[in-house]
Parts: sequence; C-alpha cells; structure tokens
Amino acid sequence: MGMTHVVDRRLNGKNKSAVNRERFLRRYRKHIKKAVSEAVHRRSITDVEGGESVSIPARDIDEPIFHHGQGGNREMVHPGNKEFMTGDELPKPPGGEGGGAGNGKASQDGEGMDEFAFQITQDEFLDFLFDDLELPNLARKKLKDADAFKYVRSGFSSQGIPAKLDVVRSLRGAHARRLSLGGARKRKLRELEEQLASLKTAPEDLDAAFSHTDQIEALESEIARLKANLRRIPFIDELDLRYRQHVKKPEPATSAVMFCLMDVSGSMTQSHKDIAKRFFILLYLFLQKNYKRIDVVFIRHHTSAKEVDEEEFFYSRETGGTIVSSALKLMHQIIETRYSPAEWNIYAAQASDGDNWNDDSPVCSKILADRILPLVQYYSYVEITPQDHQTLWYEYEKVMARNPDSFAMEQIADPGEIYPVFRQLFERKAA
Amino acid sequence: MTDTMDKPNALRTPISTGSEWTFDLIRQYDEEIAKCAEEFGLDTYPNQVEVISSEQMMDAYSSVGMPVGYNHWSFGKQFLNTSKGYERGQMGLAYEIVINSDPCIAYLMEENTLPMQALVIAHASYGHNSFFKGNYLFRTWTDASAIIDYLVFARNYVAECEERHGVDAVEQILDSCHALMNYGVDRYKRPAPISAAEEQRRQVEREEYLQRRLNDLWRTIPKMNDDEDPEQRKVRYPQEPQENLLYFIEKNGPLLETWQREIIRIVRKLAQYFYPQRQTQVMNEGWASFWHYTLLHRLYEKGLVTDGFMLEFLQSHTSVVYQPPFDSPFYSGINPYTLGFSMFTDLRRICEEPTEEDRRWFPDIAGSDWVETLHFAMKNFKDESFIQQFLSPKVMRDLKLFAIADHDDEDVYRITAIHDEAGYRDLREKLARQYNLSFREPNLQVWNVDTRGDRSLTLRHIPNNGIPMGNATEEVLRHVHRLWGFDAHLETVEEDIILDEFHCPPKGNR
Repeated sequence: MGMTHVVDRRLNGKNKSAVNRERFLRRYRKHIKKAVSEAVHRRSITDVEGGESVSIPARDIDEPIFHHGQGGNREMVHPGNKEFMTGDELPKPPGGEGGGAGNGKASQDGEGMDEFAFQITQDEFLDFLFDDLELPNLARKKLKDADAFKYVRSGFSSQGIPAKLDVVRSLRGAHARRLSLGGARKRKLRELEEQLASLKTAPEDLDAAFSHTDQIEALESEIARLKANLRRIPFIDELDLRYRQHVKKPEPATSAVMFCLMDVSGSMTQSHKDIAKRFFILLYLFLQKNYKRIDVVFIRHHTSAKEVDEEEFFYSRETGGTIVSSALKLMHQIIETRYSPAEWNIYAAQASDGDNWNDDSPVCSKILADRILPLVQYYSYVEITPQDHQTLWYEYEKVMARNPDSFAMEQIADPGEIYPVFRQLFERKAA
Repeated sequence: MTDTMDKPNALRTPISTGSEWTFDLIRQYDEEIAKCAEEFGLDTYPNQVEVISSEQMMDAYSSVGMPVGYNHWSFGKQFLNTSKGYERGQMGLAYEIVINSDPCIAYLMEENTLPMQALVIAHASYGHNSFFKGNYLFRTWTDASAIIDYLVFARNYVAECEERHGVDAVEQILDSCHALMNYGVDRYKRPAPISAAEEQRRQVEREEYLQRRLNDLWRTIPKMNDDEDPEQRKVRYPQEPQENLLYFIEKNGPLLETWQREIIRIVRKLAQYFYPQRQTQVMNEGWASFWHYTLLHRLYEKGLVTDGFMLEFLQSHTSVVYQPPFDSPFYSGINPYTLGFSMFTDLRRICEEPTEEDRRWFPDIAGSDWVETLHFAMKNFKDESFIQQFLSPKVMRDLKLFAIADHDDEDVYRITAIHDEAGYRDLREKLARQYNLSFREPNLQVWNVDTRGDRSLTLRHIPNNGIPMGNATEEVLRHVHRLWGFDAHLETVEEDIILDEFHCPPKGNR
C-alpha cells in the first residue's frame, strides 16, 4: 500500500494507432476509393478540398466469429418489468425478427447501422481521389530548375555537423597524425635509451675525467624531455575530425505546363459551365497535389480568347459567341513565346459544348493537328453536351485517329460523369 | 445526501476546494484513498497512475486496453470508431482503463476534473486492482507480473515476422486467429504462466519437439507390421474431443510454418489472458463501483472532500450505474455496473441490516461481518456462480427483473418468471446461466482429423436448446481451413444425428 507512482505520460507519443489506422485504410483501399469517387459527385465546386466522411458497408469489415443463429429455444432475463405476470403471452412481431429496435436501417448518406463511417483527412481524400492517375508521356527535359537537385556523397570535409562525423576516418587521421608527429621522436628516444643502457652496463672508467655520470645525466634528461613531448601529442585533435560531405547535384526537372481552355460562349448553359469548372478544378487539384513544379495557363474564349488568372478563369461571367480556334491560336502563341517544348512538357485540356461556328471547326482541327500536337505531350478534349455532336467533335475524331497516343476525347452529359471521365483521361497506362 | 453529512462544513478541512487537478493533489488524494482502502482491508498490487491526453486514451481504447500491442488493421478500425464517437460527443471517453498487471496501471485523462480523477483512482487503482489480485480466476489464469513483458515480446515477434514474410502474410494469419480467438482458451487446465524470457528460451526447444511430433502424426510410410486393421482406422484423432481449437491447430496443423505456429500461440495466450475478464464483468465492475462509492463516502465522512466534490462525483456515479428499462430506446441488455453494484451493495445490507427474508435466503451471511463476506464473494466466484449464489430477492425487485421465453415453434413470447415469491429462484437461475460463456457461444470441439485419408479436420457443434450456428459460420470455417491447410468441416450433432453441416471448400464445388 501507499506505493502509488504517478507518471505524466502526456508527452509520450500519441498517434500510437497511426500504424493500425494506416493498415485499415490499406486493407479497404478499394472500398474507400469507391466512397471517395461517390463523394466527389455530391460535393459542390468549392469544397472538393477538405476532409471527407467515408462510409463503407459494415458487413465487409466485419470480423467474423462463431456465434449463435436465429431459432431454437431461448430465454432471456430483462430489467424494468411494469405489468407482466408469469404466464403472460405476447405476440411475436410479424416477420420473425424479434426485439431489436431499429436494426438494419441503411441510409444513403452513410449513417445507417449497416455502414461503417469514419473521417479521412484532406490529404488522404485527395490521395484516394487521384490514386493511379498521372500526366501521360511525361518526359525529363533540360536541366533547368535551380531547385531540382538531390544531395550526393562527395568525399570528406574537415567541417561539418556532428551527425555527419565519420568516426573511422577521423580516428584514422588521428592515428596518422600521432605517427607523423611522434615517429621521429620515438626513434630518437629508442636510440638514446640504447645508448643509456650501453653506458650503464659499460665498465666504469677509473679516471673521473672520463666518468659516464655526466653523460648518463644528460641522456636521462633528454629522454625525459622527449617522453614529455610525446605525451603532449593528443590522442585525437580537432584537426583529425572528418565529416561526410554532400553536395547538391542538379537533377533533370520534369517541368510541365498545363493549358486549360474553357469555352464560355453563350451556348454554354449555366450547368454546362458548372461542369466545365468542376472538371478544371479537379484537374487543378490533381496537378497541385501530384506535381510540385507545374505552370498552369488559363484561357477563356468565346469569339475571342484571353489569357486570365485563376480567379478570373473560375469566376468571371463574361460571355459571347463561339470561335474555338481563337483559343487554340492563343495557346500556340503562348507556347512560342514562353514554353519551349525543348524544356517543357506541355499539356492541354479543353472543355466546350462543341457548339462552334461551323466554318471554324475544320480550322481548329488543322491548327491542332499541324501546329499544336507536335509540341505537346498530351491533349485532352471534353465535350459537355447531352445532345448530338456537331462538327467540332467529328473534326476532332479525325485528329484522334491519327494521333491516338497524344490526343484523347470524351463526352460528359451530366455532373456524375465528371470524375469517371477525368479518371479515364488521366488513368495510368501500363508501361 | 444529508444523512452522510456528519460533520458540518465548518469543521471540514478538505484536501482541496477547486476542481483543477495538479500532480501534487492527485498524490494527496491517492494517499487518503489508500488509507481508507486499508481500513477496509483491500489488498492491491502497487499502483501506477498515468496521466494521459484524450488522444492517448483513444489509442489505449483501440488496443483493447493493452499498453503495448502488435499492429493489426482491426485495431485501426476500432480507433476510427472510437475517435468518431468521441468527436461527436456521443461517447464520454474512458471512465477508466486499467491493466491487470503488477504494478497495476491505471490511466487518468488530463481533461478530467479533480473529483473525476479521485473517482477513477478509487475505482481502478483500488477497486479493480484488488479484484485482479484477489479473484481466483485471475490468480489461476493470469500472471500480472509477466504480462507487459509478454506483450512486448509479442509485438516484436509479429513485427519481425512482418519484415521477414510480409505484412499481408502475417495479417492473414492474424485474421484467422482472431476469428477463432474465443476458441483459443483452456477452460479447465491451468496453463503455464506466460513470461517473455521463458517464451524465448523455449522457442527453439518447442520447434524441434513439434517437428518430431508432427512427423509421427503424418507418417505416410506404412509401418512394417501394418496389416491395417479396419477397426484401427476408425480410431479418431484426437481420441478425446478438444475444446481449444487454436491450441490443437498450433500443435497439429500439417502445413504451418514455425513462425505461423508462434503467432497462433501469441493470440492464444492473449485470449487466455482476457478470459477471466470475460467471465467476471459483472463482479469486476460491481466490485470497483462499490468501492469507489464506499471509499469516496469515507473521504467525505472524514471531512476531506467538499459538498461540491460529492455532488459532482454522485452525478457521474449515478449515470454509470443507470439501468435503462427493457423498453427504453437506450436499452442494450443488463448493465454490468448496475447489476454488480446493486448486488455488492445489497450484500453489505444483508450483513449489516438483515431482514427476515434475508435470514431465510442467506442464513450463513445475514448478520455476518460485511467486509469479510464481500471479500469472500469477490475471491471465490465468477459472474455465473456469483449471481447463482448471491442475487437477492430485493435486487430482483429493485431491478424489476423478468424472464421471457422465445421458442421456435410458438408464435408468442412467454413470460416465464418475474420478481415475485414464485419466480425468485427460477429467475436467479436463468440470469446466472446467461453469464455462462458456453451458453453464450456455440459449444464447439475438435472432433476428428482424417489422418489416414484426406487429412481433413472436423469440428463438432453440440447445440444448446436447439439453437443453430449463426450466419458467419462458413466464413469462420474458411479461416479454420486457411490455418489447417486441408478441408475443414463443421457438423451440428445432437444425439448422434447430424442436423447441419458446413464445409470449406464447399461440398458442391468439388
């Protein structure tokens, strides 16, 4: 008794469960991915970022054990009797299922008894969202970015931080220094000691003038001086310390630029524009999340095209007629002036309802095939329309037939298709 | 509460008056509680009280209270569940977590007020602690001094296996073991106490021995004088049915690798460690609640705590021992805190102020020394026998217990006993049986291994009151199959008639 130990453990690590949580997410990866892709549809444009409550069917994560089934004869004791008397009979509820209050009610948004719901963070959400997606045909281009480098070993230095101290090197240096500083003196010392020994053993000359005593004394004091000298050589000196050295070595950077081309003409209804914006937001998040260095160029067009910033791209309301080629021309111009294909991986995503001025569509496919596709790694086109395609689509189909690797096109009819189409366009292809 | 107020407030010299705790105050409260506990003869392991944050409490929760555990996704699932409940405020976190170890480790959450900390100390460090040290099941089946070391050994071993054989392979084995964990305990023999040092020392020895044994069992070359007596072929292996499935598989599984056997053993040892807790929930919680109630009242009598302290304590005590009636939306079975607390409290009453009824029902203990009687009850019983022995008519009346029968072949439920003179004994027996583990879980045994044929393993289910196996049976059987490596069968047999069969792989697809 009285041997209580009170310990403050608050500073010990929390997150002891992090590994187990990670194991859980790993095991149910498929389920969570499915839940995440469903969640994307439900969310509004602006909050694709942010954590998410994910729910997966509880029976899929059950840990089964042997237990009793329905049926047989049972008897249970319960508390809170009010009016029952021994021998009373109570009708069983129809359907056989007895007792349990409100079991088995599932609900669409994840809070039912049959669902296991939990939170994942924004980062995890995006991870699952963009899992297995990539920019196709990404190639290493010129050495250009100053901040793309990695550290490589490059010998040893006499300066550094303790963590990089190389013990073996340092001790080897110390040994060498001790040898070089002490070697000559040690040799001398040995010689003197031999002389001293031979003097001491030599027969004493009777003539005092030839007495060895002086010589012995001189030798002994010289030996003592040498020994003291040798002792002063330190076992290890600051000079001996050697540190492993690393230098920055520039890496070929995967610099990339994405052109976002959005049709904002009058034929695009509000819901078409919403779909286009959600598509581009998804794309934008994907690029930000997975690629550290990427430029994004936003181009809006109706009859004329304009390069805009992110804010204006997503929120401006300006509108007009439709000439798609204006955007393509502007894109080409920007590439020429700012993004040399020798240094940049160039990508483009274009969204439109395909309702182009008829004479313009052949122009578009020509610019695309002759001037743009040779410069870019990958060009994707989404047509947002529930209706029949018009000339632009058919013109683009011809382009695709000739450039199957660098050009892709898909159709989106309603918001539910945004994410699946996005996945299709950027699915990681088997190498 | 006024009846306990035997000292006017003016004469009190409380340890503290605020609700903020400090380490110093916790020590002072603990010291005073320890003195009270000594007055009542509570015998405990030394205490270790650890102050932790709510996040750490969630961690502790999700590893079933083990301070060190191996990694497994199911603990991650538990953690997600706990943190969800906590963040939404659905669940007051952790009244207490206490580890059956020597020293006995109890966790205090930093967010708690001082009265709550005192309550947890009384409940866990003196209540549960003395139960762990005194109850015969814990004394027989667990070794409090060795458990922490063993858990460390287990975690390191599993981590090592993960490194060597991959996370997936280890996860599969653990999944299967967890599915059979309830069937990994010895119910009647006392196993050797587990200790880490011993485990490691014996590991090599065990390997060699096992291999020899296995070779004997699975010898395929016929013996020289083997004229294969047909009677001989009918001899079952094992000759006596075995109740410990995991043990049987660990020792006899034909295809298991050594590390897999070792992991089965680890899960089995943990199951054995938790086995007493599963059988003494009512007693253990009842005992701890009785003592936090009694000890803190004693502090109050001594004038060491204020009225405000008592009010906060009583409020939380009341919610812990609240029993919703069967027709309440909050009802989820009998609350073990309520039942246990009521029984120990009533036991004290029977000793101190027996009625005529008590003298009839409990002639041996009515009027006896209550501290001694309560200790006797705590030490020598488990839930089932404790209820059978000590559930009094008064508690049955207070809780308004009744029994209801649900028979397959009838379209009505029948009330078979209520809290009246005619029903008491019956009711008590029925409630006691409810706490018998083998009544709650299907009764399964290893029945036979076809050692001369296809090496299949057959489990036998002997039903209780005609209750069949549940719908997870096939899935669990798949886990048996994974561990055993050859076909696994399960048959429900009553009086030598096979009522139901399960097979893995399923019979149809062969």
